[in-house]
Amino acid sequence: MSKELIRLQNLTMEFDGERILDGINLYINDHEFLTLLGPSGCGKTTTLRIIGGFLTPTSGEVLFDGQRTNDVPPYKRQVNTIFQRYALFPHLDVYDNIAFGLRVAKLSKAEIQERVTEMLAIVGLKGYEHRRIDNLSGGQQQRVAIARALVNRPKVLLLDEPLAALDLRLRKDMQNELKRIQQAMGITFVYVTHDQEEALSMSDTVVVMDKGRIQQIGKPEDIYNEPKNAFVADFIGESNILDGVMLEDYKVKFFGRVFNCLDAGFAPNEPVDVVIRPEDIDFVPPEEGHLVGTVTSVTFKGLNYDIIVDFRGFKWLIQTTDYQSVGAKVGIRLNPEDIHVMKKSEYSGMFGDYSSYSAEYDELTEDADDEEE
Amino acid sequence: MMKKNNSLLLSIPYILWMLIFTLIPLGVVAYYALTDPDTGAFTLQNIQDLGMFLPTLGISTGYALISAFICLLLGYPVAYYIAHRSPVMQKILYMLVMLPMCMSFLLRTLAWVGLLESNGIINSLLSALHLKPVTMIGTPAAVILGMVYNYLPYMILPLYAVIVKIDHRLIEAAEDLGCSSSQVFSRVILPLSMPGILSGITMVFVPAVSTFYISQKLGGTETLLIGDVIERLFKSAGNPNLGASLSLVLMLLVFICTGVMNRFGSDEEGGVVV
Repeated sequence: MSKELIRLQNLTMEFDGERILDGINLYINDHEFLTLLGPSGCGKTTTLRIIGGFLTPTSGEVLFDGQRTNDVPPYKRQVNTIFQRYALFPHLDVYDNIAFGLRVAKLSKAEIQERVTEMLAIVGLKGYEHRRIDNLSGGQQQRVAIARALVNRPKVLLLDEPLAALDLRLRKDMQNELKRIQQAMGITFVYVTHDQEEALSMSDTVVVMDKGRIQQIGKPEDIYNEPKNAFVADFIGESNILDGVMLEDYKVKFFGRVFNCLDAGFAPNEPVDVVIRPEDIDFVPPEEGHLVGTVTSVTFKGLNYDIIVDFRGFKWLIQTTDYQSVGAKVGIRLNPEDIHVMKKSEYSGMFGDYSSYSAEYDELTEDADDEEE
Repeated sequence: MMKKNNSLLLSIPYILWMLIFTLIPLGVVAYYALTDPDTGAFTLQNIQDLGMFLPTLGISTGYALISAFICLLLGYPVAYYIAHRSPVMQKILYMLVMLPMCMSFLLRTLAWVGLLESNGIINSLLSALHLKPVTMIGTPAAVILGMVYNYLPYMILPLYAVIVKIDHRLIEAAEDLGCSSSQVFSRVILPLSMPGILSGITMVFVPAVSTFYISQKLGGTETLLIGDVIERLFKSAGNPNLGASLSLVLMLLVFICTGVMNRFGSDEEGGVVV
């Protein structure tokens, strides 16, 4: 599991003097499912294209199995790519698309036949051999793209937002399918997405990127539970982020009140960002609450209510199944495990305030259908 | 419904135009082709007499095919080059390819006469350099040169239109799947250019096979083409019936050629615009 396969060392990339990647250091293990996650323009696709050999980094090293591969052209790499919107060959049918790489590699007809047939079964496209590409649905095209890449038995499969063009339901199915194929075939996946839920549910390792830099690398649970800075906390799920002061180990002060927490290792009286996940907060009667606030908005979300509560002018998002009516006075209690303390960063103060709640939701939906270049 | 009626109404002028200047003349050609020049009675004699023009028809087809092929060889790299420039550069180069077409076809061909003549510009230059003059005018090569020169834009433009639309990601996908750059070309770019190649060949072949002016000006006696024969039959020989039947047969041949091309093309890739 833990043999290192790809190492990126101090990668920088510049286009027309603009810095797209800034000191990327990353290693990817054999058989790992690693996801590069970030908003559009964060450099995730650029990183993927450097691994694929379509771009040469301005500086830094790309090592594959310990060998420097900066200048190795794509066709000599043991890497295959699933492109955004698939890039299937329109002049070939399903069978010929999948057989493409094997034919270039000059395999025997019998072996090509055998491997393509096997691949068709794996992606569930038996009987579609001689369909034209433009007669396939989006999901079927997606499967052809997967088969076309995997039939070459690459060491690494690069996936560039492969599910972005599919509708929600199909996307969920394909997520499971991809994970299943990855585990069954034991191939390293490097996956690019801006969808945090997709990243969390599929990956062994998530790499959160922004502004050409890696913000955090970790297991999905760690990224979610222990975000390193306000950007990660906000990008992965919803977060209330507050200014606080770390008095001493396991004691943090915010809103004029000292709370017990599980974090340590800060300087005495160091200013910090405090993250409280909206689903970790429970309502109590006002007289029992650590904090007391007023409900300003309630939105029914199906699984839960999104409730905005005003605490002394700072608005928190709270996700709960308990209905509260607008204008109600509510109290909350915070347990030590509900509080997560982060060092101050360039992102401090930029996220985690729900005063402009609805506007932020609009932004999120806009983000969903953008495309990175 | 409303919309359909409107579009029909708007297309009436063109339909009338087609009727008066295309369909009716075609009928007249067919009538002449199938009637006796003296009596005006129905006859197949004109068609039967066409046998004597078979060698000429063969030469015309040969010249047109050679020209189309040379145009393809010359035009493809140009089209490919243009398609891979910046959008502004593409527009400029496209204009430059179109530019010769803005000048009269007759004038362009006449210009070549001035260049190729026995005492023309090229030979004057050669003799000034104390080199032997070369006979160029009146040779088959001169006729083919004239055809290639005149019809090359008709090859480049459809090729460009197809090549510029090839998705760059397909090229990356081919590289990703192990293709060297020459394999990318033979396995992806060339097959995807096929519709442009076919329509380019058709657009060069069709006017080249029926041209008469180029061969008259640049060719000699042995480069008499089918277009020349038709012109002669109508004018100096005064046998419009035979001329009409030859025109009709030529037209049918061109139809068959383009039909075959289209059939061939639609097997490869969704249909060809000719």
